Amino acid sequence: MNYDLCVIGGGPAGMAAALSAHELGIEKILIIERDHELGGILNQCIHSGFGLTTFREELTGPEYAERYIRMTEASGIDCSLNTMVTDIKGADEEGFCSITAMNGENGLFRIRSRAVILAMGCREKSRGALNIPGYRPAGIYSAGTAQRYVNIDGLLPGKKIVILGSGDIGLIMARRMVLEGAKVQCVAEIAPYSGGLRRNIVQCLDDYEIPLLFRHTVTKIHGKKRVSGVTISEVDENYSPVPGTEKEFECDTLLLSVGLIPENELSKAAGAKMDPVTQGPVVNERLETTAEGIFACGNVLHVHDLVDNVTKESVQAGRFAAEYILNGKKAWGEAKRPPIPKKEKNTIPEDLDRKRQVICIRCPNGCLVTADRKEDGGFEVSGNLCPKGREYIINEFTDPRRNISSIIRVENGRGPVVSCKTSSEIPKGKIGEVMKEVRLARAKAPVKVGDVLLKNVADTGVDMIATADMEEG
Amino acid sequence: MYDAVIIGAGVNGAAAARALSGYRLKLAVLERASDVCEGTSKANSGIIHAGYDAKPGTLKAKLNVRGSEMMEELSKELGFFYRRCGAFVVCFDEAGTEGLRELKKRGEKNGVKELRIIDGSEARELEPNLSKEVFAALYAPSGAVADPFGMNIALAENAAVNGAEFHFLTEVTGIERIEGGYRIFVKKTPSAAYEAVSKIPETLHIYDPETEYYDTKTVINAAGVYADRIHNMISAGKIGIVPRRGEYMLLDNTVGDYVGRTIFQLPGKLGKGILVTPTVHGNILVGPTAENLPDREDTGTSAKGLEKVKNTALLTAPELPLKEVITSFSGLRAHLETRAALKNREEEDVEGDFMLGEIPDAPGFFDMAGMESPGLSCAPAAGEYIAGLVRDLLRPEKDPGFHGKREAIPNMAVSSEDHRKELIAKDGRFANIICRCCTVSEGELVNAIRRPLGATTSDGLKRRTGAGMGRCQAGFCNPRAVEILTKELDITPGDVCKNDPGSEFLAGGTEYEL
Repeated sequence: MNYDLCVIGGGPAGMAAALSAHELGIEKILIIERDHELGGILNQCIHSGFGLTTFREELTGPEYAERYIRMTEASGIDCSLNTMVTDIKGADEEGFCSITAMNGENGLFRIRSRAVILAMGCREKSRGALNIPGYRPAGIYSAGTAQRYVNIDGLLPGKKIVILGSGDIGLIMARRMVLEGAKVQCVAEIAPYSGGLRRNIVQCLDDYEIPLLFRHTVTKIHGKKRVSGVTISEVDENYSPVPGTEKEFECDTLLLSVGLIPENELSKAAGAKMDPVTQGPVVNERLETTAEGIFACGNVLHVHDLVDNVTKESVQAGRFAAEYILNGKKAWGEAKRPPIPKKEKNTIPEDLDRKRQVICIRCPNGCLVTADRKEDGGFEVSGNLCPKGREYIINEFTDPRRNISSIIRVENGRGPVVSCKTSSEIPKGKIGEVMKEVRLARAKAPVKVGDVLLKNVADTGVDMIATADMEEG
Repeated sequence: MYDAVIIGAGVNGAAAARALSGYRLKLAVLERASDVCEGTSKANSGIIHAGYDAKPGTLKAKLNVRGSEMMEELSKELGFFYRRCGAFVVCFDEAGTEGLRELKKRGEKNGVKELRIIDGSEARELEPNLSKEVFAALYAPSGAVADPFGMNIALAENAAVNGAEFHFLTEVTGIERIEGGYRIFVKKTPSAAYEAVSKIPETLHIYDPETEYYDTKTVINAAGVYADRIHNMISAGKIGIVPRRGEYMLLDNTVGDYVGRTIFQLPGKLGKGILVTPTVHGNILVGPTAENLPDREDTGTSAKGLEKVKNTALLTAPELPLKEVITSFSGLRAHLETRAALKNREEEDVEGDFMLGEIPDAPGFFDMAGMESPGLSCAPAAGEYIAGLVRDLLRPEKDPGFHGKREAIPNMAVSSEDHRKELIAKDGRFANIICRCCTVSEGELVNAIRRPLGATTSDGLKRRTGAGMGRCQAGFCNPRAVEILTKELDITPGDVCKNDPGSEFLAGGTEYEL
């Protein structure tokens, strides 16, 4: 099989790169995806917060994926699903890269392609990398594994949870577990700040009164068969546990959200030089790796903060690959490290005056907004970077509301659950009631994005609508 | 009535069972855990020692050299990984060379071949990552590594195929003498997975939760750290085992060639026995510590222990890439603290040796006790040895139907491209890679379940196929493994355990009542 461009990975990076190359006239494009559907990790990120720059609206992960899936399908780009790439080689003398892949349908096969774009994404750091002493019982999951269990498989990994690490995935999963009825005991963070967005500290922890313990880490795991608890200790400036500060927390589950690593086994096997700082391949200004004809974008290149930035970079990668295919190779030039997002170092100010101040959760900026009541009953608002902040804080003090994302069970679907969200905000005080109804609700496949799955949920006047498709199965 | 009941399905129990399964004998293996290889056998160095450590004349010495010699062929016959990578014992000063010479002499007496002492620079030529402080090394080319899980599983599986019954989740609670033998009382733990798997005939799994005892003519006690309790149930000559914990760290296979050989340190003031070794799975293993513990279940790791592993290993290889650690674990060796004489041997002769043989005041009751290092290296030979003693007593006929060869679980990771194609052509599930770190396919996982003594747990799958052993430590594949076990065994996801009942992965569906 010969292609002009072969994209490894059908997540947001792979689809954006393929579409971008396609727009520039590259016709024979193949996306190889190991899962049974396109979308990558977005499919399990059922919360909202995606697409603010790409689509200028706030979407859930599956919705963001769905838009790209539709564009990809409409473009006529070939997709090989359920297919595992086992080896990639850079361009040979005839100018063809070689990709070895396999799937149940075609067995093991080889593809020749003028160019390759690596878009395999990243993975989570595991417990082993932390070397936490204790037993190795069931009940220790990376936050992403737990997310898959809950949001894709419709299964609850535990009922009493401690979370180590306050990256965005950890924060998001804290809320998710609470919505599904589990108790989250605390989130422990070794640093004096969170690597997650400030809005997520507010809407995932504060909203549910989950304690966030800065400068704390898990120093022992208890329970031989299943986790029965953890010891959490304070750490000093060198992140070493301070003796005498140990506290025991009862839990049946420990979720780890301790960082992401680009997944570069294939890149390394292809001979691409790696950058120890990004843990991704070394690239030049055209996102070309040191392996001939092989480009890289998205989280395989370096871990991004937002999917919108993944898309942006991948569009460029698609363009550079298209130019390479159309115009032939240029001198490689110099290595250029892609701009690495500044590591978030967020806290909620301790002196936050909760009577008049909030952290706005409307966008990743997380502005600290202050509202003072004026004599005419209106508000004097300051600190907000945009009008949304004003609207948010006034609502927060008069009628606080939230959007909720969850899953609804599907009776005859290909998968057991479909993701959904509130069609508009519901009163914050009604979250519990809404979730109760959502948990009991059943949907019938086929489901399409936007379908109403539950009308007037908990008498809020708001519907639960599907955020993904679900075929019959 | 059984001819022989073997207590414990670790590597020694499995080796004994297999050695006896070639004869017309009714055999049962009783194991308190949910799978073979759940005690000491699962958490050790995976080393096949050359045989220079043990005191000449001991069973340890004889069985080690015999075990080391037979291992390669056995690994081919039974389909488990084995690699003769060679071993160094290094010392850090001139005084240490005396110790190396001592070891060499001992090894030669034991019959170890090709031992030689090399100086530091030659050692570094062969192992460039060795410390500059290494002064000299004893080089044992016959040192090897093996897959400790694979060996245990293969021995048990082959014993089962040849008629030995395996009863899992069966804990021995008491033993009584009866006419012509022994009655072994047991406590059974119920398990949905076992009930289900026993309905798949090819697994040969048995589910008999009602059984209260087994009657047998002879008993082999291969109960690991509990061997003293079993022994003391029947003999007046009490013995005592102290669990000796060893902690380890495992490094990612991306640095798997950091050393090519097993590097021991000469026991001395720098500590004892922290080794750095490649494994058959392509990782680097460092450890173990040695710490006597009161608790026979304490297989946890400790901050202190891991620190010690780290610091001591760095003496051997100062640049050891410890940021590539993917997991840490610990195992308990069954260290004999109090011995008793056996029928075939005098107590004075055997200080520090295995307790292998018949108990004088319990005819037909055989101990395999104190099987600490080099226990894995010795296991197949120890199994043969103890089986020989049982046969001397029972005088059974050979079983002409004995089939000693085991077909290994297909392995995509190590298969050639042509073999991969072949496997996928036969069953498309071999193209469906479940464990990305170690390239393990759905086909392999299904095979590991639907075969003799097939896996019923995710740990069982891991040890049979390597799924979940890689750098993500099952982050990606755990939900898939749970799904496959659910489907193949026809149980609910909530029934799937990591290992024994009580280690369920899930709290239920999200619809559960709170």
